[in-house]
Amino acid sequence: MYDFAYHHPKTLAEALAALKDKPEARPVSGGMTLIPTLKMRLSKPSDLVDLNGIKELTGIKVEGNGVTIGGMTRHADVASSADVKKTIPALAQLAALIGDPAVRNRGTIGGSVANADPAADYPAAVVALDATITTTEGKHKADDFFKGLFETALKDGELITAVSFPKPEKAGYEKFRNPASRYAMVGVFVAKTAGGVRVAVTGAGPSVFRVKAMEDALSKNFSSDAIKDIKIPADGLNSDIHGSAEYRAHLVTVMARRAVDQANK
Amino acid sequence: MTIDVAMTVNGKAVSGKVEARTLLVQFLREHLGMTGTHVGCDTSQCGACVVHVDGKSVKSCTILAVQLEGSNVLTIEGLAESAEKLHPMQEAFREHHALQCGFCTPGMVMSAIDMVKRHDYQLDEKTVRHELEGNLCRCTGYHNIVKAILAAAPAMKSAGV
Amino acid sequence: MTAATGIGARALRTEDKRFLTGTGRYVDDLPLARATYAYFLRSPHAHAKIKSIDTAAAKAMPGVVEIFTGKDTADAKVGGLICGWVVKDKHGQPHKAPPHPVMALDTVRYVGDTVAMVVANSVGAARDAAEAIEVDYEVLPANVDLARAFDKGVPEVHPEAPGNLIYDWEIGVKADADAAFAKAAHVTKLDIVNNRLIPNAMEPRAAAADYDKGTGNYTLWSTSQNPHVLRLILSAFVLGIPEHKLRVIAPDVGGGFGSKIFCYNEETMVTWAASRVGRPIKWTAERSESFLTDAHGRDHVTHAELALDKDGKFLALKVDTIANMGAYLSTFSTAVPTYLYATLLAGQYTTPVIYANVRAAVTHTAPVDAYRGAGRPEATFVIESIVSKAAAEMKIDPAELRRRNFIPAEAFPYQTPVALQYDSGNYPPIIDEAIAIADYKGFEARRAEAKARGKLRGIGFSSYIEACGLGPSRVIGQLGGGVGQWESAQIKFNPTGNVQVLTGAHSHGQSHETTFAQIVSDKLGVPIETVEVVHGDTATTPFGMGSYGSRSLAVGGSAIMKAADKIIAKGKKIAAHLMEADVADVVFEQGTFKVAGTDKAVPLGATVFAAYVPHNYPLEELEPGMDENAFYDPSNFVYPSGTQICEVEIDPETGVTEIVSFTAVDDFGNIVNPMIVEGQVHGGIVQGVGQALHEAAVYDKQTGQLVSGSYMDYRMPRAEDVPSFKLANKVTPCPHNPLGVKGCGEAGAIAAPAAVMNAVRDALGPVGVQHIEMPATPMSVWQAINGGK
Repeated sequence: MYDFAYHHPKTLAEALAALKDKPEARPVSGGMTLIPTLKMRLSKPSDLVDLNGIKELTGIKVEGNGVTIGGMTRHADVASSADVKKTIPALAQLAALIGDPAVRNRGTIGGSVANADPAADYPAAVVALDATITTTEGKHKADDFFKGLFETALKDGELITAVSFPKPEKAGYEKFRNPASRYAMVGVFVAKTAGGVRVAVTGAGPSVFRVKAMEDALSKNFSSDAIKDIKIPADGLNSDIHGSAEYRAHLVTVMARRAVDQANK
Repeated sequence: MTIDVAMTVNGKAVSGKVEARTLLVQFLREHLGMTGTHVGCDTSQCGACVVHVDGKSVKSCTILAVQLEGSNVLTIEGLAESAEKLHPMQEAFREHHALQCGFCTPGMVMSAIDMVKRHDYQLDEKTVRHELEGNLCRCTGYHNIVKAILAAAPAMKSAGV
Repeated sequence: MTAATGIGARALRTEDKRFLTGTGRYVDDLPLARATYAYFLRSPHAHAKIKSIDTAAAKAMPGVVEIFTGKDTADAKVGGLICGWVVKDKHGQPHKAPPHPVMALDTVRYVGDTVAMVVANSVGAARDAAEAIEVDYEVLPANVDLARAFDKGVPEVHPEAPGNLIYDWEIGVKADADAAFAKAAHVTKLDIVNNRLIPNAMEPRAAAADYDKGTGNYTLWSTSQNPHVLRLILSAFVLGIPEHKLRVIAPDVGGGFGSKIFCYNEETMVTWAASRVGRPIKWTAERSESFLTDAHGRDHVTHAELALDKDGKFLALKVDTIANMGAYLSTFSTAVPTYLYATLLAGQYTTPVIYANVRAAVTHTAPVDAYRGAGRPEATFVIESIVSKAAAEMKIDPAELRRRNFIPAEAFPYQTPVALQYDSGNYPPIIDEAIAIADYKGFEARRAEAKARGKLRGIGFSSYIEACGLGPSRVIGQLGGGVGQWESAQIKFNPTGNVQVLTGAHSHGQSHETTFAQIVSDKLGVPIETVEVVHGDTATTPFGMGSYGSRSLAVGGSAIMKAADKIIAKGKKIAAHLMEADVADVVFEQGTFKVAGTDKAVPLGATVFAAYVPHNYPLEELEPGMDENAFYDPSNFVYPSGTQICEVEIDPETGVTEIVSFTAVDDFGNIVNPMIVEGQVHGGIVQGVGQALHEAAVYDKQTGQLVSGSYMDYRMPRAEDVPSFKLANKVTPCPHNPLGVKGCGEAGAIAAPAAVMNAVRDALGPVGVQHIEMPATPMSVWQAINGGK
């Protein structure tokens, strides 16, 4: 990788100061995507601002009607959290499906959400659960947050401090892994929430998306049978050596059905 | 950018001057001469480089040395109590022929110990196979690695490690 | 010797301690004072003219020591890399041999072809500088699609190989095969692809070299499976450094699977450049470099036809194969799809007439060479696929069809129609045992039960034969091989009675330090702890051919047996002298020389001591010392055989195939260490499973870019992909080597692809799937079920 200046702030304020006025500076959280990218020399930041020393960004709190997870909370901590398991078990299950144990010990929810990898798991939960993303600049609604391939509503220097997930009535997540990379080739998060049923798909397209037809059908009848004949169009879906767009489109229905079954367990 | 870094590796205080871009595995191998931790890929997937940082398994190829200021790092070299007395996981790997060329072995052993502890010494074959999702081995077909880990779990418990 | 460590014992490995404590020493682990580091600039194009290379800016970068390009090596008259096996085509002409420069001169021929070498004070500095090298390419169309490689208008890789044809080779008589087919009651036809694989030993290739100005000696540390052969090639063909001035050390090597047999340009370059730079140079491949530049494996397109009579007896087999050589001919590449492939097409069967035509193609892809099994997995996949297909077509049970055609036990030695003479074997009991272990009888009930759960269950057989233990040198020479294929051993007692066993074989996971010590311990009656096996260093071990082709025990172990015989013979003479007995009366039992019928006895250790402190010693007839060399050249190949049965369950919704049960029954002849043999079989099976279900080297057919260039896209088998295996053994000892051993290193990988794929086809047959290629990935299975969407 190219060399860079390294900053190790202890507080959010210090982190923001370190990022300020440096257009090529990058924050690093778990680094599970950024460091491999740097190793491949695909990115050349001037500065790395390490968020790992900022205590205020970690932790899981059950508050009001849901769970708030600090941006620097590791996947392993979400996966094993008694609070998450109790409040939104599907979210803990999702976290346990990310990467592998060593990756889960480092990777963070804030990093995953901010990176908006089309094959990341968390975006599906964020959108399906209608989570709120709290940043150093304010709050983002889930539906307005993911803008496209690796694109979010975050501005330069804006850091995710927490993600708040309202407790759904029921939820389930099913993931079909890319056989090689183990990222989501298709991941479907289904949630029955106060505001209605939400179905969010990751891995299949350039960015997480909702499937309205499934949401409508499940709103009437929250059972896997209700969506078994709903096919989503392959147009615009990702295609690679592991999964054609058609195959991914097909898997969306299969995974959605299984997620509903999971939610109904 | 050159930075001073100090940490504990296998119970001993170590320090060095490193470029910011130095990975933990480079610090271990090139600065400390501890070559037991291996690099098998460049995409953070093979697990040959797994070490423990503050008690948790971490891929040392995907973390910067400077990020570990003040941390406690345990590598394959620090596992055995003495030259004669191996860690129960090391013993089980030997007993069950869970290694051939030995290259994936350090990461495999470190991951296995982490796995046993996270599961409170209670494992079954399905769990072990699933938990090995971040460690590749090309020699053993995993069969004997799975056997070794299943055997090591109770041995670690009774040894209190 | 003691039951715990002798031949046949499950002795624990002596090499484990260092590997388990992080004290193994692989090439990249070597501390080299004043070291420099090499980085190789690779071609980003599959086919391009190099119009110019400008290294000026790069040379001025901090930490850069030197930069070399193809022009530098050409100016210095560095030789090209060689292909060491001359295959003669059907007209008796040697294969086309296009040059293989160590670095590209004016043309790059695959993505990863080497363009420049940067030597710098750190890897980072070398890579920084490599990015500053300006190469002006004129990108040309590439020839990537193997099946189309000979078509008119396809870009040629080398002018020396018109039409991209390296050879058009045949074995057998086509007219005889046609005549047999004319009489057939049934003909089964098969079109299959043997998918291209990337070996992926977990240790990436590495090389480090040092040059001693004072002596003119070079030392090369390399991740080699055969350091002496590497030295021979570098000395005699490429660099011209005399063999005695070049020491090649292959220390601990993290797996090879064939990919580390060959002489590569990087190890050549670091050796050559070390004297120019005046400092040691180290290079370690990044995994992405390994993907691009390690010799790949397999890659065949085949059409086969099997003629059967009305009872299912095989009458004849015809095979037409196109084999990919890649862009350049790697060290043993030409032999793999000919003598290691087509000569195996009889399999375990009495097929009386076989004709095979193999055409080797060059393409704009990485070189292809031997990978675990090398030719034999490809042959087994053809045979066992077509036999199972014939069984399905003729509605004969696949096990029964195999049994009807097995070479009967009493027919050995058995001359096949494709050159080989099988020395021993007994196939029916093997399949019987496999069937019992796999509970074949209960399969239909399990299939029905799976169906009730919405799953498709299938079972597949693979009865393989392989010829390994390379090999009789005379035969290898007749077939065009450029080297002898014996193995060497030296047993060197020290005065205090402990033993060093020096072998020309090389262990990179095979456990020689244990099994070879077991042989010596058993044969000479010395405790295994006192036996040290030394390998991998041309300066300390006798010239040897190295390890590949499951040869180490059958050939290298036999050499050790021969050396041990010499030790015993000499010890007898010394003991006879010490006991004042006639040497003819001396016997050797469990480490002690005795005079038959008396209580006179001298332990081996006492003869060793006498040999080194010859105060009371027959110096007039016998040299002092106890140090014996042996070379062993086998009289035939060895022929392991076995049957694997794989059972799979497929989720038709997702296309995911789960291996629910896997049985392997093998005949490896006598077994020195069952624990280690089992480990070899496990590993081989999973590589075979990887080929069948997961792994594929995928090049973009237009651009020649390697799409599967990292673990993000190359699907390695994981622990979760396989169940625990059920293994058993049958033993027919090899009749022609002193240990009675065959070879076990490749068997799993040879047989498993067909076992898995026959199971997949069996599962998918009931839903109308006629054909599916390897790897049967979830997507391809789903597509097959859904009519190729």
